[in-house]
Amino acid sequence: MSDNLKVGIKNICREYGRDRSRLMDILEAVQGQFGWISSEAIDLTARELSMPRAEVEGVVSFYAFLHQQPTGKAIIRMCDGVSCNMNGGHNVADLFKKELGISFGQTTSDGKITLEHTSCLGMCDQGPAAIINGTVITHISTDTVKEIVHTLRETADPRKLVKTFGAGQNADRLIQSMVTNNIRKHGPVIFSVMEPFLALKNALAMNPAEVIRDIKTARLRGRGGAGFPTGMKWDFTREAEGQRRFVLCNADEGEPGTFKDRVLLTECPHMVFEGMTIAGYAIGAEEGIVYLRGEYQYLKNYLENVLAERREAGLLGKNLAGKAGFHFTIRIQMGAGAYVCGEETALINSCEGLRGEPRDRPPFRAQQGYLGAPTVINNVETFCCVTRILEKGAPWFAQIGSQASSGTKLFSVSGDCNRPGIYELPYGITLKDLLVEVGGEDAIGVQVGGPSGQCVSPAGFNRIICYEDLATGGSIIVFGPGRNIIEIAGQFLDFFIEESCGWCVPCRVGNVLLKERVNKILAGKGEPEDLAYLEELGKTVKTMSRCGLGQTSPNPVLTTLQNFRGVYEKGLKKPLDKMQRTFDLDSALQEAVRIQGRQPVHFQD
Amino acid sequence: MSDAITLTIDEVEVTGRKGQTILQAADDAGLYIPRLCWVKKLKPGATCRLCTVMVNNRPVAACTQPITEGMIVLHDTEPLNRYRRNLIDMMFVEGNHMCPVCEKSGNCELQALAYRFGITAPQYPYLFPRRPVDASHPDVFLDQNRCIQCGRCVRASQELDGKSVFQFFGRGAQKKLGVNAEARLADTNLNLTDEALNSCPVGALLRKRVGYAIPVGRRLYDLQPIGSEIEAKARRAANRK
Ligand SMILES: Cc1cc2nc3c(=O)[nH]c(=O)nc-3n(C[C@H](O)[C@H](O)[C@H](O)COP(=O)(O)O)c2cc1C
Ligand code: SF4
Repeated sequence: MSDNLKVGIKNICREYGRDRSRLMDILEAVQGQFGWISSEAIDLTARELSMPRAEVEGVVSFYAFLHQQPTGKAIIRMCDGVSCNMNGGHNVADLFKKELGISFGQTTSDGKITLEHTSCLGMCDQGPAAIINGTVITHISTDTVKEIVHTLRETADPRKLVKTFGAGQNADRLIQSMVTNNIRKHGPVIFSVMEPFLALKNALAMNPAEVIRDIKTARLRGRGGAGFPTGMKWDFTREAEGQRRFVLCNADEGEPGTFKDRVLLTECPHMVFEGMTIAGYAIGAEEGIVYLRGEYQYLKNYLENVLAERREAGLLGKNLAGKAGFHFTIRIQMGAGAYVCGEETALINSCEGLRGEPRDRPPFRAQQGYLGAPTVINNVETFCCVTRILEKGAPWFAQIGSQASSGTKLFSVSGDCNRPGIYELPYGITLKDLLVEVGGEDAIGVQVGGPSGQCVSPAGFNRIICYEDLATGGSIIVFGPGRNIIEIAGQFLDFFIEESCGWCVPCRVGNVLLKERVNKILAGKGEPEDLAYLEELGKTVKTMSRCGLGQTSPNPVLTTLQNFRGVYEKGLKKPLDKMQRTFDLDSALQEAVRIQGRQPVHFQD
Repeated sequence: MSDAITLTIDEVEVTGRKGQTILQAADDAGLYIPRLCWVKKLKPGATCRLCTVMVNNRPVAACTQPITEGMIVLHDTEPLNRYRRNLIDMMFVEGNHMCPVCEKSGNCELQALAYRFGITAPQYPYLFPRRPVDASHPDVFLDQNRCIQCGRCVRASQELDGKSVFQFFGRGAQKKLGVNAEARLADTNLNLTDEALNSCPVGALLRKRVGYAIPVGRRLYDLQPIGSEIEAKARRAANRK
């Protein structure tokens, strides 16, 4: 085994030119070949790459999908997202535990099956969902759990569980997945017929500065959440000093409740790659990288094939599309289960084979991004908009939507509504109209923009979705009558606790403390002071955290405190005079009781 | 001096040099901005966030933000000091800090900051994590109970010692300090002369057998509050005028 390991790792490292910036690919290959990454494997990899073993271990231990312990032949990664859980995910999870006789994080004694939880898989409109060794299983019910376990015990092959393929390209021979697209509303920008390669042709007929001018005239802003003007970003990068430049496509799509980029990559990959190529031309880059979240591994071969097609058609590579002197290539970088890697500086670190921790700014990525070179990072949907703008013209795009928010937006809708799925709608629609569209009129609350966005109460349903009012990367989760808003806020906090990189104190510790107090309120032990305590703590985390994750992580609590204060207040009790409710005698005594093996005499009922 | 840059920190006009951060310029001017993860000889880590100040209404870490001409910095404000206090509390409850029996007491920067902020007990519930003590090394203790993950030892080992004895493992609330060996500090190439050993602001990384060479009561921060050496510069400058 040890010799095998040695030779295997040597070959893998050689395949990647013993380049430590490709550590993510190397570790994934090692795990692919040997099942997990042992301490010995860490040592050998470190030696091959001439780097300290602690740095390799630091990376392995950062990513949820890299294993430092042996796992079963099949790994069931059950989605723990709020949308899946609203659809019965908890019951399915409990049944898996029962059928397998293990808890989450454990492996069956026969070594066949490992059971794990994972943050939102991006299957919110078809949950409860799980990924088993890369194969996505959707619509899991308590009826199908038995069958899943049986099949995995017998064959260890999750593909046997896929009986029908989803619509569109999900049935492609290179995907063959049961995932469905659920495109409910086609709009003019994304989901309408496109004349192939016209966008690229138009772009290459102009000079790069003119392409950027068009993107600015179209008033395109980023679709990934922050809404930065795309043309301005490209300008900065173009003007920065550097030999090499890079175009990065952010396909990490980790915000719970978001799944539009998955559909775009499935149905419109040419549009995405063409947008990246146009960006490359505009900023003077020759290399592009798609950072694809580990959860979407099942799309990788398909996307590689589309890239190969484009190379064969002369749309990638040297002097592409007949434009002398313009070269552009695209490669796919797989992620390995870390939401924070969607933050652009963390994404760059991950691409460089480092822990997915965000970086301090300055320097800015426009000047010093991937490998220290000027870098543009845009969302998948942003690149699609770029392609359409170059096909149809900037004025055409600019007249769609509202004044400051041009174009359409893709919404990923899930939760308590009749028609969950993908909607392409112009900016400027009210939340109320969106709810009618999706069949969620009886909502008691809507989570706009995922956990890092805001939870809006019916009083805010007249608000308008656009950058000026309710900004969103597209995640819309509808909460129907009977949902416990505070419990949901608590689940979102769990998400941030799990996904924080842990670099800075406010985010690493503050979110744990927020959760402690929310739990107390949920347990019926909340006191009036707890609301001010939560607000102060939340503000501390927001103000003092380093990156967007920490700066938004208290939003589930802060926005529900603002919009659903009554719900909180109903659950509070005024403590009896001079009594401190925070102190829980039973739990304080628990450890002593366990050691002594008996209850204290005075407190026995 | 063509590379001089003038900025304002809390209405005090400060002159710094091009390339300096807000924290460096403030230090030179005798204005103390609290910090735990920053030390002079190392690159900034920006993990503790205590040095967060407001520039253009936005919070930035003073240890990483370069100064620019005409910059207006708010530092000693009521909300920022409250948030800083909250962060110090967080560091206390995240680990297991038993100051009365800790041999770093009096020389500990975390404890000294708590005193400076008038903290006698943290307002948050203790998380009481279970963390190991690594006493394998003949000359050094690594007590994870007191680690605040400032990253000073990680950077000192890399930048000053040219090694990588320490590194962060895991992420989020599970993140912890790891060592460059399968498990034990004794199996790393840590040397007694390593600068990393002097970098710990708390009592997580301690030399064995020298703990009480200076008695408690006569230690650095028993005698003067943390930051006073920086503030003394401002007093000296004022006296000269
Ligand atoms: C914690 C965190 C996660 C993020 N995840 C994503 C993501 O999955 N996809 C994305 O496009 N942007 C994500 N972003 C935003 C990116 O940092 C960045 O703003 C975006 O990719 C820029 O592209 P755009 O201008 O085209 O929107 C995330 C930001 C943070 C702070
Ligand atoms: S805010 Fe959170 S995710 Fe961002 S750098 Fe700090 S610890 Fe990491």
